[in-house]
Amino acid sequence: MKNTFAIAWKELKIYFTTPTAFVVGAMFLIYAGITFVLSITGRNPEASVRSFILPASTFFILISPLLTMRLLAEEQKLGTLELLLTSPVRDWEVVVGKYLASLVILIFTISLTLYYVVMLYVFGNPDSGPVLSAYLGLILYGAAALAVGLLASSLTANQIVAAVMGTGTLLVLSFIDLVGTRLEGTAADIVNSISMRTHFPDFTRGVVDTSHIVYFVSMIAVFLFLTIRSVETRRWR
Amino acid sequence: MIELDGVTKFFGNYPAITDITFRVEKGEAVGFLGPNGAGKSTTMKIITAFIPPTSGNCTVAGYNVVTHSLDVRRHIGYLPETVPLYTDMSVKDYLAFMGKIRGMSQQRIRARIPEVIETCRLQEYYNSYVSKLSKGFRQRVGIAQCILHEPDVLVLDEPTIGIDPIQVVETRNLIRGLGGDHTLIVSTHILPEVSMICERVVIIHEGQIVAVDKPENLATRLRGVERVEIDVRGPTKEVMATLKDVEGVQAVERKRTPAGEDFNTYEIETVRGSDLRPQLAAAVVKGGWNLVRLQSMGMSLEEIFLRLTTTEDQPAAVAPATTT
Ligand SMILES: Nc1ncnc2c1ncn2[C@@H]1O[C@H](COP(=O)(O)OP(=O)(O)OP(=O)(O)O)[C@@H](O)[C@H]1O
Ligand SMILES: [Mg+2]
Repeated sequence: MKNTFAIAWKELKIYFTTPTAFVVGAMFLIYAGITFVLSITGRNPEASVRSFILPASTFFILISPLLTMRLLAEEQKLGTLELLLTSPVRDWEVVVGKYLASLVILIFTISLTLYYVVMLYVFGNPDSGPVLSAYLGLILYGAAALAVGLLASSLTANQIVAAVMGTGTLLVLSFIDLVGTRLEGTAADIVNSISMRTHFPDFTRGVVDTSHIVYFVSMIAVFLFLTIRSVETRRWR
Repeated sequence: MIELDGVTKFFGNYPAITDITFRVEKGEAVGFLGPNGAGKSTTMKIITAFIPPTSGNCTVAGYNVVTHSLDVRRHIGYLPETVPLYTDMSVKDYLAFMGKIRGMSQQRIRARIPEVIETCRLQEYYNSYVSKLSKGFRQRVGIAQCILHEPDVLVLDEPTIGIDPIQVVETRNLIRGLGGDHTLIVSTHILPEVSMICERVVIIHEGQIVAVDKPENLATRLRGVERVEIDVRGPTKEVMATLKDVEGVQAVERKRTPAGEDFNTYEIETVRGSDLRPQLAAAVVKGGWNLVRLQSMGMSLEEIFLRLTTTEDQPAAVAPATTT
């Protein structure tokens, strides 16, 4: 566990000394700001975060892979993975350490939007339950997206390729429910239950359904597991 | 300390190394010599538990690299062929991170970093970003991380590649200084380097060991004759005749003419295992000529290397020798 934190700490430091995290954070804030302003100036403005958190989740499809693309791809490119894997560190400690660092950055980025929430409370009277559940959902959604991005980063030494693969996979996982609308019966159910999008909107309505939480947590677990496997097989190639 | 027993590694169908067997004792410095693609790096990656062997056994400090890979890694300092550095970190942060993942305590890291910085002469670059360092200094940072945690075993893959001649000398001295405390394996294709740093050489070619010996022994083992060079001031013909007459001399050849008409360098081949220098000197003096220089010549490592790795005429005398 000590190794995990050492690796997470090192990644956090790099996040704060390189522009990636800042650029990604700024992009997210601008996007969230625009959707927020549109929602409160619309025809029937409502004092809720739903209107900007829902599109924000979609935006994570783009930015999560940008946050994770460096984590394992660069280690392979620089050859430092060889050093990490010949140090007395377990493969899972490397993967989890890196994941934690990206998660901290994501939560930090999300927390910047609390500014809008403060404005809602100052100028309106929002219902606190949906605000909290919406943020919980957003963090889970982002955390799952990061796990997907990390797997992509472990598969290649090229950061751009990692980002594209990550975004591609997330697009499929998010919008596969559109395919579901053309299917019937069990097939439709299965496709819908895979889709990230079917599991998200309830959170923004203030509904915290255990099945949705289980969905996102198991998605994180599965993708981290695959990432660890992928790092292990780096040795065998 | 390090034992390889019939280690073979296949990449797909391609055998990178086949049946590599050798031992390195504690505190010994062994050079790993071979042309490009010989399998040096592959062997080192197996020793450092980075990749598992396809078959065969490899143990470091008594631990098997496959089944007890974490224990093996605790004993090893490794400098891979492409120096692995995080370009976005300062030298200090990089070393601190490497110390942490090697399980060093905070105090020990704080005490050791200034020491390795001094050993590797990196003082000026303590706070610099790795991306700003020149190749040679990066190499030194690589060596610094390697010795930071005071491992028993050092594995250095071409540590002097890409360094300018002056720094190469310094780096070699640095590495030689490390021997003694550590068990050392250094790979290279620069031959003089091996005789400078190592007590024993493992020559590997196309994935197989072709010779294991001390650098000096390799020369005599291969040659079958001893060679003496002698500079004499005196009439060429007579000198040559006299030298040929000395008992045990097999051939005399005029090699160079250093200065003037009658001042020559002769190369004399003698029977293996004999030292004819006193007799040669006596003969020259008896003839009334000036003996300017008399030197016994080993075979240069380059020659050995070429002999061993040229596939057409592999001398039978160079069947892999085990530990001497
Ligand atoms: N990951 C890999 N996949 C496939 N083949 C490989 C791999 N690594 C090495 N090889 C092959 O194995 C052989 C030995 O390679 P190795 O890197 O051990 O050579 P080397 O002795 O270190 O050479 P050099 O002096 O060029 O560093 C080469 O023919 C190489 O092409
Ligand atoms: Mg090599």
